Amino acid sequence: MNEGRRSFLKTAALGALGVAASHALPATAEGAKATGGRRWAMLIDTRRCLEKKGCAKCAEACHVVHNVPALSNPRHEVKWIWREGFREAFPDQEAEYFDETLTTSKVLVFCNHCDRPPCVRVCPTQATWRRRDGLVMMDWHRCIGCRYCVAACPYGSRSFNWVDPRPHIAEITPTYPTRTRGVVEKCTFCDERLPEGRLPACVEACEAKALMFGDLADPASEVREVLRTRFAVRRRPGLGTHPAIFYLV
Amino acid sequence: MYDGSKILAGIAVFLAVVLLPVWHNVWVASAPRPEVKIAPGAEQCVDTAAVMRATHMNVLDRWRDAVVRDGIRTTTTPTGMTVPMSLTKTCMKCHYNKKEFCDACHNYLAVSPTCWQCHVEPQPEPKESSS
Repeated sequence: MNEGRRSFLKTAALGALGVAASHALPATAEGAKATGGRRWAMLIDTRRCLEKKGCAKCAEACHVVHNVPALSNPRHEVKWIWREGFREAFPDQEAEYFDETLTTSKVLVFCNHCDRPPCVRVCPTQATWRRRDGLVMMDWHRCIGCRYCVAACPYGSRSFNWVDPRPHIAEITPTYPTRTRGVVEKCTFCDERLPEGRLPACVEACEAKALMFGDLADPASEVREVLRTRFAVRRRPGLGTHPAIFYLV
Repeated sequence: MYDGSKILAGIAVFLAVVLLPVWHNVWVASAPRPEVKIAPGAEQCVDTAAVMRATHMNVLDRWRDAVVRDGIRTTTTPTGMTVPMSLTKTCMKCHYNKKEFCDACHNYLAVSPTCWQCHVEPQPEPKESSS
């Protein structure tokens, strides 16, 4: 009897281990290659960026390749990259006696691709989720337009399509879908370009070389090297969202 | 049955009116089955025509979930091709004319899929030299 219970427990424990191990493994090897083992992040050299006054090349490039509409009504505005005043972007940064060229300027902001994204926690349909490589992705097929994520995002990174965006896109890029009315959208870190080995459109378009994109999980990567040598801030660190966008000051 | 003749006549008139669309289709030739057009050089689809006719929507759903949610972008089809799982990059290469391919059938069956609210329809005429 005792022996029977003993062997039963052993088998059960082995089985439980097996189940745990199979869950720990990625669904497919190919999927793991596409998304696992990495932590994509972006560095913004604010000084280099601000040297080019009035430059909006990154936002233009992004908005063209992703068919982001240009709506004149500010209440309907849809944006993936834009500029925000330093004080608004970093409200909890005291920044007393900082270089005024920085604190009075507008810095580049977009989706922070947080480690702990509040938008993902509130999405009722899992239309937005965090990928294994850190990208906070969107599945526009699944978005029901409830706008919980818009309310949850502390960075205002999400835009809702109040009107049909198609008529407001100057020239539609056929390789990328548009969105439709009633769907939320935001920067996706160019998830469509990464598997092709291409950098995000904004990084490619930046003439000042102020944007850097790389893998935080790799200690030898360029972004890690820069973060080792330069001081960087993130937006609203007190919220514990752990953004993947670092501002070199 | 009281007033049986009147009741039966009433039922006959009622059926005649309600089934008007059916009579109409019997008398007038019913809508012809749609003829779909594909690119002249196209030979091989990702599955047999019968399977595609019946389950293309499921194939597209599977592709969508694999690409968007799992980040897997290519697949090997039952017909032995390796293709990107993309409506615009793969399907529309041969079925380049949405009006004469997708819409022809969807209109006949009175279904209106929402694919094209977001996905961009390719320009109708393909280049002659494109392979």
